[in-house]
Amino acid sequence: MTTDFSTSPFSGEQQQRLSQLLAELRTDQIYWLAGYLSAYCATPSERGAVPSAPEQTTSKPELTILFGSQTGNAEGIAEQLAAQANDQGIVAKVVDLADYKPKQIKQEQWLALVTSTHGEGEPPDNTLDFHEYVMGKKAPKLDSLKFSVLALGDSSYEFFCETGKQLDQRFSELGGTAITERVDCDVDYEELAEQWISKLLHTISEQSGSSGPTVSGLSSSAATATESTYNRKNPFKATVLTNQLLNGRGSSKEVRHIEFSLEGSGLHYKPGDALAVCPENPPELVSELIRALGFDPNGRVNLADDEHSLQDALTHYREITLLTPPLLKQWAELADSDELCALVSDTAELRRWSEGRDLLDLIRQWPAQKLTAQQLVDSLRKLPPRLYSISSSQAADEDEVHITVAAVRYSSHGRDRAGVASTWLADRLEEGAEVPVYIDSNKTFALPDNDETPVIMIGPGTGVAPFRAFMQEREERDATGDNWLLFGDRSFRSDFLYQTEWLKWRESGLLSKLDVAFSRDQQEKRYVQHCLVEQGADVWAWLNRGAAIYVCGDADKMAPDVHQTLLSIVSEHGNMTAEQAEDFLRQMNRDKRYQRDVY
Amino acid sequence: MTEKLPEAEVIKRESDYLRGTILEGLADKATGALPEDDTKLTKFHGSYQQDDRDLRDERRRQKLEPLYQFMVRLRLPGGVLSSQQWLGLDKIADECANSTLRLTTRQTFQFHGIFKEKMQSFMRMVSHLGLDTRGACGDVNRNVISNVNPQLSHLHQEVHDLSLAISDRLRWRSGAYGEVWLGEERVAELGQEEEPFYGHKYLPRKFKIALAIPPENDCDVFANDIGLIAIIHEGRILGFNVVVGGGMGLTYGDPATYPRLATMAGYVPKEKIVDACEAICAIQRDYGCRTNRAHARFKYTVDDHGMDWFQERFTEYHGTSFERPRSFSLTSNGDRFGWVEGEGDLHHLTLLIPTGRVADTEEGGQIRTGLRKIAEVHDGNFRITCNQNLVIAGVSSEQRPKINAIVEEYGLDAGNRSTPLRQHSMACVAFPTCGLAMAESERFLPGFVGQIEQLMSEEGLEPDAINVRITGCPNGCARPYLGEIGLTGKALGKYNLYLGADFSGQRMNRLYRENIDVETILAELRPLLRDYREKRLENEYFGDFLVRTGVVEAERTPAMLHQAIK
Repeated sequence: MTTDFSTSPFSGEQQQRLSQLLAELRTDQIYWLAGYLSAYCATPSERGAVPSAPEQTTSKPELTILFGSQTGNAEGIAEQLAAQANDQGIVAKVVDLADYKPKQIKQEQWLALVTSTHGEGEPPDNTLDFHEYVMGKKAPKLDSLKFSVLALGDSSYEFFCETGKQLDQRFSELGGTAITERVDCDVDYEELAEQWISKLLHTISEQSGSSGPTVSGLSSSAATATESTYNRKNPFKATVLTNQLLNGRGSSKEVRHIEFSLEGSGLHYKPGDALAVCPENPPELVSELIRALGFDPNGRVNLADDEHSLQDALTHYREITLLTPPLLKQWAELADSDELCALVSDTAELRRWSEGRDLLDLIRQWPAQKLTAQQLVDSLRKLPPRLYSISSSQAADEDEVHITVAAVRYSSHGRDRAGVASTWLADRLEEGAEVPVYIDSNKTFALPDNDETPVIMIGPGTGVAPFRAFMQEREERDATGDNWLLFGDRSFRSDFLYQTEWLKWRESGLLSKLDVAFSRDQQEKRYVQHCLVEQGADVWAWLNRGAAIYVCGDADKMAPDVHQTLLSIVSEHGNMTAEQAEDFLRQMNRDKRYQRDVY
Repeated sequence: MTEKLPEAEVIKRESDYLRGTILEGLADKATGALPEDDTKLTKFHGSYQQDDRDLRDERRRQKLEPLYQFMVRLRLPGGVLSSQQWLGLDKIADECANSTLRLTTRQTFQFHGIFKEKMQSFMRMVSHLGLDTRGACGDVNRNVISNVNPQLSHLHQEVHDLSLAISDRLRWRSGAYGEVWLGEERVAELGQEEEPFYGHKYLPRKFKIALAIPPENDCDVFANDIGLIAIIHEGRILGFNVVVGGGMGLTYGDPATYPRLATMAGYVPKEKIVDACEAICAIQRDYGCRTNRAHARFKYTVDDHGMDWFQERFTEYHGTSFERPRSFSLTSNGDRFGWVEGEGDLHHLTLLIPTGRVADTEEGGQIRTGLRKIAEVHDGNFRITCNQNLVIAGVSSEQRPKINAIVEEYGLDAGNRSTPLRQHSMACVAFPTCGLAMAESERFLPGFVGQIEQLMSEEGLEPDAINVRITGCPNGCARPYLGEIGLTGKALGKYNLYLGADFSGQRMNRLYRENIDVETILAELRPLLRDYREKRLENEYFGDFLVRTGVVEAERTPAMLHQAIK
């Protein structure tokens, strides 16, 4: 590109320096700069990229709100906190932990941290750097830090809220002072989160002596996301347009492609976002449960908001298919059972027993004699919404959202069991049915802004879903970057999800490479990582061209195996030690070039 | 050249002697199909890409590609194979295909449901049996068929030897076959002539040769591009009357296309017959139409230029003229079922295999297992007939009881005890595998024949032999235009009804009613069959009766195959 400054207002020296700089920049850097400058011009009052202290007063506390999460929940709470803080005259800014320099922690005075926990007690991907730094030897003294932690988790996992617990404890160890006590939230986090927010803000106001609303805040990105009136608290009733089995005959899998109408919702999503679906429990299980307890299905019970029939409460509002330690502890008292008390005190044994059992098993084994229907619903946690990676792009169809759902069915302890949402979607949702949904945005899993960036998508099974959205989006945007899909499943002839679409995209040239591995089509099992190994040189060449890697799907085996494979490819083809390879991928993760959405 | 060449003609010419990108296509794991151009080439290698049409729409909704699979035919001149080979093919059916073997009207095996990743192992296993699939499909000479004649073993031996010699002479020779399927290294340099006879253009269309030993016309000798009718003197074959320009196919709605019975060209002595076939094939190679595939069969070359022209070209290409044809008589084109005693104290058993399908099924019984048991003990050979049936040939007197016991145990002779009507019925494969089918055929025939049997019994007719030929499309695999009752598929459940062929494959039928359902077909046949019972002459066949009573004219013009009487 040649630069013509002939009509510019710059001095000769400025022109020279500008030309020089522009010549050095990559295209993506130039785009970034262009965007930066237009924003810079648009908001002259907020000049300065790093927020400086607002003009008004120094007495107002500045609250940094950090969030770490695979899903949008933590971010949503962080933004809710920021908004309320600003209303109360506390200057608050929300920062994604992925964008936060860990060393910055030393400068913080008021800090709120909202973090989820991943898998078996690991930090979410965007929290890895921060977690490592704070937990490590290099962590600084934090004597002036006042902090509060909200931990998100799922009590059906063994290491419930682990990341939040660790960081909370560590902040204290490093000299920090808790503003309020850490709060651990289960999947039905809303109420506890709201309580945490108001208590936290109240305490900050008290301690800092600040009060009263403020006009200008730095609450950042938040409000722009969606203008829709529909959200977690107020889901949109989306109509099912299509509910189609994707597996061919003879398959051992049952994956469904479900299309919903978003018409009139004003909901917006980006490729990589998830659709949260509010499911219903299986009606037979609800009836069986009520019968086993001898309750009247039409008897009234109070839930937080309203009065419902017991049947309605158990169908729509309470979780009955998972047993969590808090529930079991309560139940031990309700059932007045020494045996259950003993079990509850042995964490490992309790876990073993709970696995593959549900509420019906519990009440059968340890009936609670004087139990009331109200006590029952009070002891249960809310039926959480289920998140599914969206498999469509609004660029292709604005009024639709598609998801790809594997029906979970298994048998354990002598009964057939079913995944609540997946089988509800698979079996009981016909076209025309209405389903409460909302968008759960995922900042940590998004297409590169630069349409020229090559993309490697590793998505076996339903992990392929977001990549269908990626392809639709890139097709609509006429993005020129290369795209490479690695897909795997059990059997080529029955389980190649969206096969005809991938082939069509390969033929049109949008998809540059398509590699598949089907584990059960030959003697030796073959998975996507085997494709990766075979294509190691190509993977490395793509990375050198600036490719971004996306991994979506199974968190237990696939994602770690793929990670190991990537490490060995980087180390082999990039001539690196294991440690250097690890750093390389870590850096890619920081640069948002290695993103994962695994579950 | 003023006219544009059809795509198929261009593809084969530019295929580097039938290699194309088949090897690359086989390696592509994301699809069960080959690139479209290559599917034109695999025909030369004996294979059609097909898909399970029963599942096509279901899979489309499942966003899965059609269930692609391959059909492969063997090159098996005269339809003769050893027990060893039978056992090998039986095994291949399980390991690589859909566990069935299909006997065809050209005396060979078709395997169905071979998935792409199995194709190379399939071809290698076939090769290990000393067999190949070269030219079972494609624009080359197809499988050479000949009379199975179980009674006269030495005559059969002679025609079989000739069918092998002709097939070998007209076999395509490019290294592509070995390279694509058998893992052989390429020897030929790029551009090097690999086809001394065919050249890089091969033939304009398929080319078919048949050998008949009168009075049997089981091979429908007139339905072939070259028909050779053996002239026998004192128990030896002297030579052949050569008929040329036969062929079955037509295109609906295109009166320029028509089935045609071969025309008498003249007599050629036995020792020159292979050369003569090569000369005729070369005439078609050089003069056949290359610009319109619907007009590219040899029958059109003959009609376009006339028989005089053909005789001149033959003299030019062969070096000698035809001699005057000798007299002969053909009387039947079906098979004769059951045991016969032949020469040298050898016995031969012809078994009716319903629609040629060698399979174990609940309805059809354990035909495949039974035949495998026979192959395990049989030291003669097997012969596939041109009517999709099977001869267990060359059984010694001592072996005969053993074979019989197996036949009885597995009920292999159930077909032999069926009505003459059923014994003279034949259907192509059609749904679900054939991509050309417009209506059911193999799956339709058993029930349809049952309905005619019922009709005949209601009308007081013995279930006499009537040739019934059904195909799912107008292309003619089961030679439908030679059926006394011929049906060709128009749409699911709808057929064209053709009537008036003779019983020995020497007069075609004509279109009687177009595009009608089964009920209407039966309603049309009922009064004709009633008349037949009341007014037939002794031993008069149904087709001849219809001609004699003027329901159908005796002469045939191309238009009669397109315009219905009613």
